[in-house]
Amino acid sequence: MKPAPFEYRRPDTVEEVLHLLAEYGDEAKLLAGGQSLIPTMNFRLAQPAVLIDLNAVKGLDSVDEADDGGLRLGAMVRQAAAERSALVAEKVPLLAETLPFVAHAQIRNRGTIGGNLAHADPRSELPAVMLALGASVRVRGPDGERSIGAGDFFTGFFGTALEEGELLTEVVLPPAVEGGGQAFLEVSRRLGDYAMVGVAASVVCDPAGRCHRASIALLSVGSRPMLAEQASACLVGERPSSAAVLAAGHAAGNKDIDPQADMHASVAYRRHLATVLVRRALTAAFERAGCVMGEGAS
Amino acid sequence: MGAHPYVGAGVVRNEDAQLLTGRAIFVDDVHLAGTLHAAFLRSDFAHGRLLSLDTSAARRREGVIAVYTAEDLGDYWCHGPLLVPPPPIAGLTFNTATLVPLARDRVVHVGEPMAVVVAESRYIAEDALEDIVVDIEPLPVVVGLEEALAPDSPVIHEALGTNVAAHAVQRKGDYEAARSEAHTVVSRKFSYDRGVAGSLENRGILADWNPRNEELTVWDTTQAPIPIRNGLAERLGLLQSQVRVVAPFLGGGFGPKMMMFYPEEVLIPWISMRLGRPVKWIEDRAESFFATANERLQLHEAELAVDSEGRILGVKDVFLHDSGAYDPYGITVPINTQCTLLGPYRVPNYYSEFTAVFTNKTIVTPVRGAGRQHGVFVMERLLDFAAKELGIDRVEIRKRNFLTPDEFPHNHEILFQDSAPLVYDSGDYLPAMEKAAEMIGYREFLEEEQPKARDAGRQLGLGIVSYVEGTGIGPYEGARVSVEPSGKVQLATGVGTQGQGHFTTFAQIVADQLGVDVTDVNVATGDTREFSWGTGTFASRGIVVAGSACHEAAIVVRKKILALASEALEAAEDDLELADGVVRVKGSDLSISLGELAVRANPLRGTVEPGAEPGLEATSYFGPARGTTASGVHAMIVEIDPETSEVSIQRYVVVHDCGRLVNPVIVDGQIHGGVAHGIGNAFFEELVYDDQGQLLNASFMDYLLPTATDVPHMEVAHVETPSPLNPLGVKGVGEAGAIPVGALYAQALEDALQGAVEILEMPLSPGRLFDLVHGTPSDPEAAS
Ligand SMILES: Cc1cc2nc3c(=O)[nH]c(=O)nc-3n(C[C@H](O)[C@H](O)[C@H](O)COP(=O)(O)OP(=O)(O)OC[C@H]3O[C@@H](n4cnc5c(N)ncnc54)[C@H](O)[C@@H]3O)c2cc1C
Repeated sequence: MKPAPFEYRRPDTVEEVLHLLAEYGDEAKLLAGGQSLIPTMNFRLAQPAVLIDLNAVKGLDSVDEADDGGLRLGAMVRQAAAERSALVAEKVPLLAETLPFVAHAQIRNRGTIGGNLAHADPRSELPAVMLALGASVRVRGPDGERSIGAGDFFTGFFGTALEEGELLTEVVLPPAVEGGGQAFLEVSRRLGDYAMVGVAASVVCDPAGRCHRASIALLSVGSRPMLAEQASACLVGERPSSAAVLAAGHAAGNKDIDPQADMHASVAYRRHLATVLVRRALTAAFERAGCVMGEGAS
Repeated sequence: MGAHPYVGAGVVRNEDAQLLTGRAIFVDDVHLAGTLHAAFLRSDFAHGRLLSLDTSAARRREGVIAVYTAEDLGDYWCHGPLLVPPPPIAGLTFNTATLVPLARDRVVHVGEPMAVVVAESRYIAEDALEDIVVDIEPLPVVVGLEEALAPDSPVIHEALGTNVAAHAVQRKGDYEAARSEAHTVVSRKFSYDRGVAGSLENRGILADWNPRNEELTVWDTTQAPIPIRNGLAERLGLLQSQVRVVAPFLGGGFGPKMMMFYPEEVLIPWISMRLGRPVKWIEDRAESFFATANERLQLHEAELAVDSEGRILGVKDVFLHDSGAYDPYGITVPINTQCTLLGPYRVPNYYSEFTAVFTNKTIVTPVRGAGRQHGVFVMERLLDFAAKELGIDRVEIRKRNFLTPDEFPHNHEILFQDSAPLVYDSGDYLPAMEKAAEMIGYREFLEEEQPKARDAGRQLGLGIVSYVEGTGIGPYEGARVSVEPSGKVQLATGVGTQGQGHFTTFAQIVADQLGVDVTDVNVATGDTREFSWGTGTFASRGIVVAGSACHEAAIVVRKKILALASEALEAAEDDLELADGVVRVKGSDLSISLGELAVRANPLRGTVEPGAEPGLEATSYFGPARGTTASGVHAMIVEIDPETSEVSIQRYVVVHDCGRLVNPVIVDGQIHGGVAHGIGNAFFEELVYDDQGQLLNASFMDYLLPTATDVPHMEVAHVETPSPLNPLGVKGVGEAGAIPVGALYAQALEDALQGAVEILEMPLSPGRLFDLVHGTPSDPEAAS
């Protein structure tokens, strides 16, 4: 379990990173926290000729309030730093709630927010949070800077919309809105494992107590994190009720997803977990939104 | 100065300071100048004809010193030893296929080594592995146990013409006759799988041939340094005195490090001799899943015949056992299954038949428990089903069948793994069961807690099972005790040590005899230069066999001390007492220290009596007639989330009997670790092979070891039934905790689910539990 030989570069500005990316093309790999990349190199599944270490690059690790009241997280912000940040807890409680589910404390000490998203593991928690919140990422490349919405960023199994020569620099999370509530839940084999199914739910209720928006993002149910549209449809425009969240759960588990079996969970079990977790997460999210849940159908 | 007697006291471990401050030396901590590093080219195929290996590019790579294939080994290439010849069971079929150092024309499991590269660094060695061009013609693969025996199955060892590794029948009484008189017969099919040992430290070897003094030193993560030395000397054509094997601190053994000789173990020393330089190989975790023995599946068809009161009339069990690709460890694992199935019960009639089969997978040799869990699972499950069918309480049916103290020694009339008859030395099972039931609150749980929880929609279940463990088998171990002029005591023994606390427990035994502080007894073990005779650490035997040898040697030294002191102090031996490192004339302040006596015992001038031996030193050996039988009862309460099938353990109780406790803290630690291992085997760990013999989860990402959050607090209590077979009255405990956990989970989960399903298999997981309850298909890929 030793990596193949590689050249190592340690630039300290974003410009230099872009320059090196341009020079080496797909021969190069960016190194963030290394928690996913280094194991794949040690297994020799990845054999980059050049490793461009982002750890010395300045300006990629700040946590700031955005102009619109949302949050901007540098790509190199460690998962543990975000987890402990008062600003994150205040501005994006769903992110703070979810981070403890990402791997283990030791891994979060090194693992970065940007690395986690760029890695785009369909079992990762943070991509689902991004989808549920309608967040976006900023990337810089040879043609300058662009912004990519979460819905467009995760393109497939470990696939993103990042193009060759591009660097993810920042994550932008929208501000909280009045009447909003979120929740994250997952079932994993052990604490810190990738989940068998997980769900990030974000709902917004209007002053009349009707569900105005429901974004339900699921992980570990397909080749990439996905929004459960049919589940949302059970709720939007309706007054939230236990019957409605139950229906949303069933829609998510039985219609929205098309999961695969693996050694930890069968198709039936995954569907069932999605059904249960969506119901539970929505119930919690509506409660946090201050929405009074009715009993029966709305 | 600690309080005597030490035996029985939970004294702090002598080795803690070294281990906890990171000063303890493990094999990979040994750095010698000029060391070369080896990496192995391993087969990607489970079964195939090895047509060619082109190593020329690898040999040319800068930094590569040598590359060896089977062909390059010349005469050194040969089959390894049969480590444990099978017991003389009448009618036994046993087909031997022992390991080879490097595959020659056939590969028979994924990960089988085919070539070894030796280079200036492990990095370069691994780079060079990619330079080797391998041509393997894949052959049909044998994965499943039943498939292996099908007439059209491919055959793994052509010379044998069959995939049968062994077939054995052991009988006691007449099962069929007993069955015909039974009130009730319960019969079921069971499937019980296990997994890896998962030692924190993988295997590793550093060999250093010194051409100037013609000595070979080998640091090896082995549980058996002395047999390794003997075998290496023989194979390499050296005197045993030319070979020193050191097994320093080991990061866990758990059985697979008792296996010998692994291919790496015969090759690394040979390479060091060829190259005249130190050569190191440290197994990485990815290799370990393929290259180190593990334990796996057995398929049982079993039945239990009982009378109307639930008394056992007889048991019949027919099972298949997965040997893997070779069987160098004989039939130890299935024999353990066969013998341990009988448990603490009176079983007048027994028919047990097994077929061990070769499959294209890593070899199976003992892992903590070593087949015992499979047998316990079958027996405990059968008792549960019989209890249910007869409407008898599950604790009650066990009590009715326990052997009683007046039935010991109890001869089961079949042969155990050590080729001796299976005779239980001593035991008292009823008090342990009663204590466990009381500790877990059996009655209150069933009558109050569980109904209340059920009313609230919660799924709470209780399990309570018992088991025995044959421990402490021969042949022998030895120990040498010497008092040094410093007054400190040096104790050397031949068993290796892998974290069991031997530096403390052996010292306690000796300190009690010699009246010294336990920290003044320095234990040397795991180094053939310190002690030359012995076998190793296996079968929960360290304290029983080596501990008894320590005790015997200390008694002889005590006699020498008293004799010499009686002369020095001019007092009768009966008037002397030994304490605090001095010999004192009782009731006076006349005394002499052990250090002074040690000096006197080794005079530089003058004359001694003819026949006198120098020093306050003695060596003793202890070889028990047969093994000791430890036992225990485990109980637990689990809760299942009815929606997600997640399982949490609410309470875990162990009542254990390993005879006299030398150090209760260390014993509890052994039990805690064993239970954790058992929890892993029951609910987390599984080696998942596909139909091509590929292991699908060869990393700790998907092979799930239980972590701190999965292992509950355990409430542990003891019953002490001393063994009559050794002077200390001790029994082994190393494997105990791991043995009954699968059976316990099964009963508790079934109880929580109110009998909605019968649990006939291990391991389980939330997903598997869900599929069982809902009748949905589990992962189609998990073939075996
Ligand atoms: C035992 C274990 C358990 C884990 N469990 C979980 C879990 O439960 N949930 C979970 O989500 N994750 C889990 N992880 C993964 C962990 O969160 C990783 O840290 C994360 O996925 C990658 O982050 P990193 O900073 O370490 O990135 P790296 O490993 O350094 O990089 C990952 C990939 O992203 C690319 N990359 C990194 N930064 C950038 C950037 N700024 N722009 C463009 N590309 C970039 C790299 O080139 C590489 O391809 C686990 C990891 C381990 C080892």
